[in-house]
Amino acid sequence: MAKDRPTLASTFCGIECMNPFWLASAPPTNCGEQIMRAFDAGWGGAVWKTIGEPITNVSSRYSSIDWEGRRMMGFNNIELISDRPIEVNLQEIAEVKRRYPKHVVIASLMVESKRESWHEIVQRAEDAGADGLELNFGCPHGMSERGMGSAVGQVPEYCEQITGWVKEKARTPVIVKLTPNISDIRVAARAAKQGGADALSAINTINSITGIDLDTFQPNPNVDGKSSHGGYCGPAVKPIALNMVQQIQADATSALPLSGIGGIGSWRDAAEFILLGCSTVQVCTAAMHYGYRIVEDMQDGLLNWMAEKGFATIEDFRGLSLPNVHEWKQLNLNYQIVARIHEDLCIGCQLCYTACWDGAHQCIHLDRTSPAPDTTRTPKMVEAESARRISTTPIPKLDSGTSGRTNAITPLERIPRVDEHHCVGCNLCSLVCPVENCITMERIDKDLPFESWEERVAKGLVATGTGEVMSTNT
Amino acid sequence: MNERVPFPEQVVATPEVVERFGDLHPPFDRQAAVPEANRCLYCFDAPCTTACPTHIDVPSFIKKIASGNLSGSARTILDANILGASCSRACPVEVLCEGACVMHRYNKQPIQIARLQRFAMDALHESGAPLPFEPGPETGLAVALIGAGPASLACAAELRRRGIRADLYDARPLPGGLNTYGVAEYKLPLVESLREIEMLSQLGVEFHFETKVDAAGLAELERTHDAVFLGIGLGAIHQLGVAGEELAGVTNALDLIAGYKSGALTTVPERVVVVGAGNTAIDAAIASVRLGASEVHILYRRGQEQMSAFTFEYQHAKDEGVKFLWHVQPTGIRGDGVVKGLELTRVAGTEDGSIVPEKDSAFVLEADLIVLSIGQATHANFLSGSSSSGSSSAFGKIQLERGRIVIDRATGQTSQPKFFAGGDCTNGGREVVDAVADGKRAGIGIAGWLGVQHGKG
Ligand SMILES: Cc1cc2nc3c(=O)[nH]c(=O)nc-3n(C[C@H](O)[C@H](O)[C@H](O)COP(=O)(O)O)c2cc1C
Ligand code: SF4
Ligand code: SF4
Ligand code: SF4
Repeated sequence: MAKDRPTLASTFCGIECMNPFWLASAPPTNCGEQIMRAFDAGWGGAVWKTIGEPITNVSSRYSSIDWEGRRMMGFNNIELISDRPIEVNLQEIAEVKRRYPKHVVIASLMVESKRESWHEIVQRAEDAGADGLELNFGCPHGMSERGMGSAVGQVPEYCEQITGWVKEKARTPVIVKLTPNISDIRVAARAAKQGGADALSAINTINSITGIDLDTFQPNPNVDGKSSHGGYCGPAVKPIALNMVQQIQADATSALPLSGIGGIGSWRDAAEFILLGCSTVQVCTAAMHYGYRIVEDMQDGLLNWMAEKGFATIEDFRGLSLPNVHEWKQLNLNYQIVARIHEDLCIGCQLCYTACWDGAHQCIHLDRTSPAPDTTRTPKMVEAESARRISTTPIPKLDSGTSGRTNAITPLERIPRVDEHHCVGCNLCSLVCPVENCITMERIDKDLPFESWEERVAKGLVATGTGEVMSTNT
Repeated sequence: MNERVPFPEQVVATPEVVERFGDLHPPFDRQAAVPEANRCLYCFDAPCTTACPTHIDVPSFIKKIASGNLSGSARTILDANILGASCSRACPVEVLCEGACVMHRYNKQPIQIARLQRFAMDALHESGAPLPFEPGPETGLAVALIGAGPASLACAAELRRRGIRADLYDARPLPGGLNTYGVAEYKLPLVESLREIEMLSQLGVEFHFETKVDAAGLAELERTHDAVFLGIGLGAIHQLGVAGEELAGVTNALDLIAGYKSGALTTVPERVVVVGAGNTAIDAAIASVRLGASEVHILYRRGQEQMSAFTFEYQHAKDEGVKFLWHVQPTGIRGDGVVKGLELTRVAGTEDGSIVPEKDSAFVLEADLIVLSIGQATHANFLSGSSSSGSSSAFGKIQLERGRIVIDRATGQTSQPKFFAGGDCTNGGREVVDAVADGKRAGIGIAGWLGVQHGKG
C-alpha cells in the first residue's frame, strides 16, 4: 500500500494555509503584481510590505557581508515602510485576494501611535480583504525616530496598548511582529499577549553596521558620504532568531502561535523553526537573493523529509525540539565525551592540533612516530624542526625512492593523536577538522548517573553563590 | 650606474615568439584567486611549505591573498624566495608544493599554489612598488659571486640584506642564467625573468657582465673579497661522439632554447630530432613544434620508465604532438654539409643496467635538425685547471665528487672555507628553485661565517 504523501497544509491562528511558506513584509511583497507572481511560484502566503503614510527612501539602502566567497551571508537595510500610497496598496490587496482567494495575504501595518489612526487603518485593511494583520513594532531605523516601529516594540506598555487598540477593531487575527533589539524578547511578547494578540512573528531585523570602506572610511551603505545603522537579516541572523523563537515558545506567558522569521532560506531552516514551535515561516533575504523560485525546493525538501520521518502534517513535528532545550543548570555534568581521530580519513592538515594547543586544552600531540608519547613538544618546536629540513626537487633518475612518493595516504607523523585522559570533550577539534566524520566525539563510560548542577546544589554539594540569580538568557 | 638601462628594456620581444609561446598556465584574475585562496586549509607546519626547497610559507601568503593583503603576500613569498615570480612559473609544482598539498587526500584537487604565487607577484610588479627589502647597513665586507644565475642571485640578496657587498660576474650580457636563457618561454618569458632581477638590483648588487672569470681571475677575486660564491652552473652539453656531428643542423637543446628566447632563432626546419629524454629535451622538442616543425621526435636509449623528465612534462610533449622513440641509440649522422638524417640502432637494456645493440636493427631517421640534450658536463676542468695557477689559491683544492663541487648542505661551504657554492654545479642539475634554495642557504652561511648575523632589512 502506497503511503500517503504528507501535506503542508496547516492552520495558523485560525488562518487556513496551503503551506507554511510566507514571504516576509519587505521588498518582495511590495505590490500586487509581485505577490501574484510569488503565489504562482508556490508561496502559500505573503505579508504585505508595511503599509502606512508613504515615506521617502534613501539610496543606496542595502549593504551586506560576504563570507569567503559566498555573497550576502548577512544583509543590512536602511529602508523604511512602503513608499506607495495607502489606497494603492489596499486596492492591490483586494485585487490579489480576488484572484488568489486561497492564498494568505496579511496586511503589515504601521501608523502613528494614536488610537483613531490604528482603528482607521485596521478597518481599511480588512475591508480590502486581508486575511490577517501584522503589526510592525520592529522597524529599527527611520520609523523609530518618528515614534513608530521599534520605538513601540521596545516599550512593553506601548506594545500592549497599541495591540489593545487594534484588537478593539479587528475582525481578523492580529499578529504582532517583534523586534530583536531588546534585551529579553519575552517582555515584548508578553505585552503583546496581554494586549490580546492572536499570534506573534519574530524576528524583525537586528541593529547593525555591516562594515566600513577601508579606502573612504565610509560605513556601508553609502548615502551621499554618510550612513546610518540598519537592520540585519539573512543567514547570519538565523541562530539569533532560533534562540528568540525558543525563548518565546518555552515561556507560557509569552507563547502564542508563532511565525518564524530570520535567515530562513531552505526547507532545513524551516524545519528547525517549526521544531521549535513555529507554525509558519517567513522569508525575505533569501527571496531577495535568489528570487521566488526557491520556494519549490523548500516545499519539496520539507515534504520529502516529512515522508522520510513519517510525519503527515506540520503539527506532527511542530515543537518537538522544545523539550530538548533546557537551562544550563539542568544539563548532565556526568556526561563525558572525548575526541577520536579516524586515521583513515585524516588528511594531515593539523588544524585540530593547533586548535587544541592554542584554543583548547593542549591534549592533541604529534608523536605517532616517537617511541613513547611525547606531550612536551609544542607547536613552536614542531615548526622549528621542519624549518631546518632541507628539501630538494625529487628527480626520479637521481633520487631513487622518491618516484614512488604517493599522496594516497597520510604519513603517520602528520596524523595527530588525542590524549584522551586530558581531552575535555569541548568539541573544538571536530568543528575545525575539514574532513567530515574524521574526528568524532565518543562517549566514555564513567558509570556515573545523571547529575546536574541543580541537583548538586539541591544535595548541598556545591555552594549556590548569590542564591537565586536573575535569569537572563535561559 | 644611474644611466643603466633596466634589464627588461635591454631585450626586444620577438613577435613570432610572443605569439607562439603563450602562457602554459594562464594567470588568475581576482575573481578566481580569492576563492582558490579561501580553499586553502591554512595547514599547520604545512607540507607544501616543507616540500618547497626555499620553504615559502605557503599558507601565510595564501591567507594574505584571501584577505586582500597582496603586498604582504608578495613580501612573504620574497622573504623566502627572492625569485618568487620566476619560481611560480618555472617550478615543477606537481612534485613540489602542490604535490604535497593535503587536499590530494580530501577532494583530490590540490590548491593551485603556483598560480596564487604568481598572482601575488604579478600584483606587486604591477603596483610598481619597490622590492620590499632594504640593504642592511654596510659592513665593509665583500663577496664575489661567479655566475649570475638563480643561485648567485639568491645568495647576493641575502648578503645585501645583511650589508655585505655582492659583486656578481657573468659571461653573458644579461643576468639570470637559466632563468633568463633556459626555461621554456611559455613557462617563464625572458622579460619576466629580467623584470624580477631588475627589482633585485635595488638592493645594490653590483653586476659585471660579459666577464669570463678564469683561474687567474678567480685567484684575484679571492684575494680582493672576503668570500667567493660559485654559482657557475653546468658546462657544455655532451657530444654524441659519432661521425657527422660537425654538420650544419646539429645543435643542442640549450642553444636552441636560448636562441628562440633571445629572438636569434624564430623558426626551425620541418623534421627535428631531439636526442635525450630529460626535461630540457622535452622543452626543446615542444619549442621545435611551436617554431614550425611538422615532425618532432624524441629519442632515448632507454625506456620510458627511465627517462628523467617528469611525467607531466612527458604528457605535455605528447599533447603537443611530439613522438617518442625508445631504446634506440644514434650511431652516426648523415648529410652532405647539412644534416639529412640520423643513423640509429635498436638497443636493449641488460640486467646489469648496461645497454647492448640488437643485431641488424640499424635504420635511418630523416631529419633536418638534430638537437642534443644528453646531459651537461660539469666545470671540473675549470676548477682543476686552476691548481696550476699557483698555491696562492685554495681554490684548486676544492673537493669534487663526480665533477660536482662538494658542499655542506646547510651552509654551502666547500672544503675550502673561503669558497661557497650552490646550484647546478653542486647538484648536477636540478630545478631553479633548488638553486635559489642553495644560494639562500649559502648567503646566510657566508654571513654567518663572516660573523654577520644580525637581522636582515
Ligand atoms: C530591504 C528590507 C525591507 C524590509 N522592510 C520591512 C517592512 O517594511 N516591514 C517589516 O515588518 N519588516 C521589514 N523587513 C524585515 C523582514 O520582513 C524580515 O523580518 C527580516 O528581513 C528577517 O528575515 P530574513 O532573514 O529572511 O531576511 C525588511 C527587510 C529588508 C531586508
Ligand atoms: S575535544 Fe577539545 S580538548 Fe578534546 S582534543 Fe578536541 S579540542 Fe582538544
Ligand atoms: S583536523 Fe582532521 S584532517 Fe586535519 S589533522 Fe586533524 S584529524 Fe586530520
Ligand atoms: S597543504 Fe594545501 S591546503 Fe595545506 S596549507 Fe598547503 S596549500 Fe593550503
